[in-house]
Amino acid sequence: MSQAIAATSETDAGTVLGIVAKHEGAHGALIAALEDVQATYGYLPEAALRLVAERMDTSLVDVYGVATFYRAFTLKPRGRHVISCCLGTACHVRGAAGVVEEFQRQLGVEPGETTEDGEFTLETVNCLGACALGPIVMVDGEYFSKVATTGVSDIIEAARADESQPNEQVA
Amino acid sequence: MQRLTSTDQLQSLQRRLHDQAGPGCPTLVIPAGTCGRASGAMAVIEAARDTVRERGLTDSIRLRVTGCHGFCQMEPSVLVEPERTFYPQVDAESIVRIISAVAEGKVLDDLLPTDPDTGEPVRCQEALPFFRTQVRTILGRSEHIDPTRVETSLAAGAYSALAKALERGAPSWVLDEVQASGIRGRGGAGFPTGVKWGMLAKQPGPHGKFLVCNADEGDPGAYMDRSVLEGNPHSIIEGMLLGAFATGATEGIMYVRNEYPLAIEHLNLALDQARALGLLGNDILGSGFSFDIAMVKGAGAFVCGEETALIRSIEGKMGEPRQRPPFPIQKGIDGKPTCINNVETWANIPIIIGRGADEFAKVGTSGNAGTKIFSLVGKIRNTGLVEVPMGTPIRAILEEIGGGPADTAPIKAVQTGGPSGGCIPADRFDLQIDYDSLAAAGSIMGSGGMIVLDEHTCMVDLARYFMRFLKDESCGKCFACRKGTQRMFEILDDIASGDGTPEHLDLLEELALVVKDTAMCGLGQTAPNPVLSTLRYFRDEYRAHIDHKQCPAGVCKALITYSIDADACKGCHACVRACPADAIAGEPKEPHRIDPAACIRCGACVTACKFQAITVA
Repeated sequence: MSQAIAATSETDAGTVLGIVAKHEGAHGALIAALEDVQATYGYLPEAALRLVAERMDTSLVDVYGVATFYRAFTLKPRGRHVISCCLGTACHVRGAAGVVEEFQRQLGVEPGETTEDGEFTLETVNCLGACALGPIVMVDGEYFSKVATTGVSDIIEAARADESQPNEQVA
Repeated sequence: MQRLTSTDQLQSLQRRLHDQAGPGCPTLVIPAGTCGRASGAMAVIEAARDTVRERGLTDSIRLRVTGCHGFCQMEPSVLVEPERTFYPQVDAESIVRIISAVAEGKVLDDLLPTDPDTGEPVRCQEALPFFRTQVRTILGRSEHIDPTRVETSLAAGAYSALAKALERGAPSWVLDEVQASGIRGRGGAGFPTGVKWGMLAKQPGPHGKFLVCNADEGDPGAYMDRSVLEGNPHSIIEGMLLGAFATGATEGIMYVRNEYPLAIEHLNLALDQARALGLLGNDILGSGFSFDIAMVKGAGAFVCGEETALIRSIEGKMGEPRQRPPFPIQKGIDGKPTCINNVETWANIPIIIGRGADEFAKVGTSGNAGTKIFSLVGKIRNTGLVEVPMGTPIRAILEEIGGGPADTAPIKAVQTGGPSGGCIPADRFDLQIDYDSLAAAGSIMGSGGMIVLDEHTCMVDLARYFMRFLKDESCGKCFACRKGTQRMFEILDDIASGDGTPEHLDLLEELALVVKDTAMCGLGQTAPNPVLSTLRYFRDEYRAHIDHKQCPAGVCKALITYSIDADACKGCHACVRACPADAIAGEPKEPHRIDPAACIRCGACVTACKFQAITVA
């Protein structure tokens, strides 16, 4: 939680309230608003969630319920680069679990965690829908297909060298 | 383009666009759905555009960027019209050669695919074994459409079925046609769509009625809906318009999984285009009928594919299912009557209305009309999306279309129905694919995922994989599902780790049946299926793990050892270089040795070895 609270100073009330206003009255407004908040800050800061709850006249516990129910949301800040490994069935039978383990080994983090230097967040996703080409790994929105354990270090190095705008993730 | 205010205006626009498209003009058709892009299609498309422009061929060669065609592993691919020459695995260099050839009216034999039986180059897409026996009623349409340009959809006939229905004027006619077609829901349960629509039509809806397109496609390994959403979004809009006209629905919602960003982009574009043309909104084509569709994105929850959970998600809440009755048809979104149908079901509706229910019902078998799209993936030579008539035997799909196993290991089973389904072993491959036959064999049709497994797939590991997925995706509301899936996973994990006991199998089965019986929603009720199915057909694998602490398929890491065959090893050191755990040692040109204590069983050495000197047992 400490990381979320420390981010309070970064959360701009105007931005968050603008996001809520944009979705007001629409179906699934809370989920859509949280998606935009996460797209803006890279995660869901506590301060933003409090603002959303207040403005949408919803209890904070319901907002946290949604924020923790759906896999796309994270309450922790993410790294500069997000590596998403597909764990769909087709990818699994072609060795995706081994690919995830190799990323874990090389980055030194478990899925859901971010490296100490803030560069990489490793995640798993349940199916990206490119099943004929598995195992699939997505890095900052870019797809890599037929990934083998021997190809993991190249993917990490390519991401590290990429200075362009990071973090265009699936959610 | 201007807002259309009558069916006549729509039809003359369609005719004009169709003629303008110049049907006979040489066209390079390049699929660029998500898998095409993952394979590098965008670089090929850019090279094609540059080349055509630089050579001044823009008036004589057209380029059409489409969604998936289905032969995904061959992408980037190019289909040359009108001859329908198919070039697989094209890159930025070969596209330049292809363009030269097309400009001269030639075909490049060295770039064509080869018929595996004759060894001869195959020129026409339809002659390829992968495509030959398919009936591509829905998938075939994606070839004619650039999903970002509504003109191409209109030229290909989009909204003709809507015009036909509006001209007839009677919602009951549409309802009767859909009922007569016999179409059953393509999301997996197979409920007759016409019956569901009839129920919605009868509901009083003073405050409105909803239609929903369930585009959550949560089954891992299934991506049929993604290809239709990306490649032919207007077909879904048209299907929903027909549904609204037939049932009196006033509002539509497309619920799309957020893991499909390209589909969301194309759908949003298509919705804007349809509104601008007056095909969505008030007084559509001057008929007096009004309907619009909103997009709601999912946020990553498999359970939201279940109707009542999906409704709660649309309402902005946690996707927890609820008790039925009342059914969504009576009380759905915001308490209003709601009919939810799958993407593929919606895509079939314009075809039913356009061709007629009788024509539609001619394909398939009795009680299982029409075609079904399957994602044929896993250990099969030809992977991709295939569309076949209902009732096609599994063997025909695997051998004729799929081309048989990917490697030398024979196919052991296919898994259908995703995490709610089961496996069909090889000795049952004469089974016909229809709702009832698959259910009798202990699986389900599901949304269409067909995962092919060979001897290197461990069925215990597969059951554990599904159970891990299901326990993570369980919403947690019901004790039986929440605890049951967790315990089943733990037992399977123990078995796969070598800590299994014979009592575990009895406990696993008992738990499975209890969860099946007592869970409230479809997720929990079908969660035991992968376990029960693998126990039914592959009990011997479970016994090997328990009694002999062995994994016959060579997958479960705790039970396998990697070792080097001293006779086959040439001491080339390739495995040493590949090993990330420094577990291999040996002198150059001498047989090497793997240290079992250091080995992390990642398989890198097997990939690196050119002499098949490493065994896994």
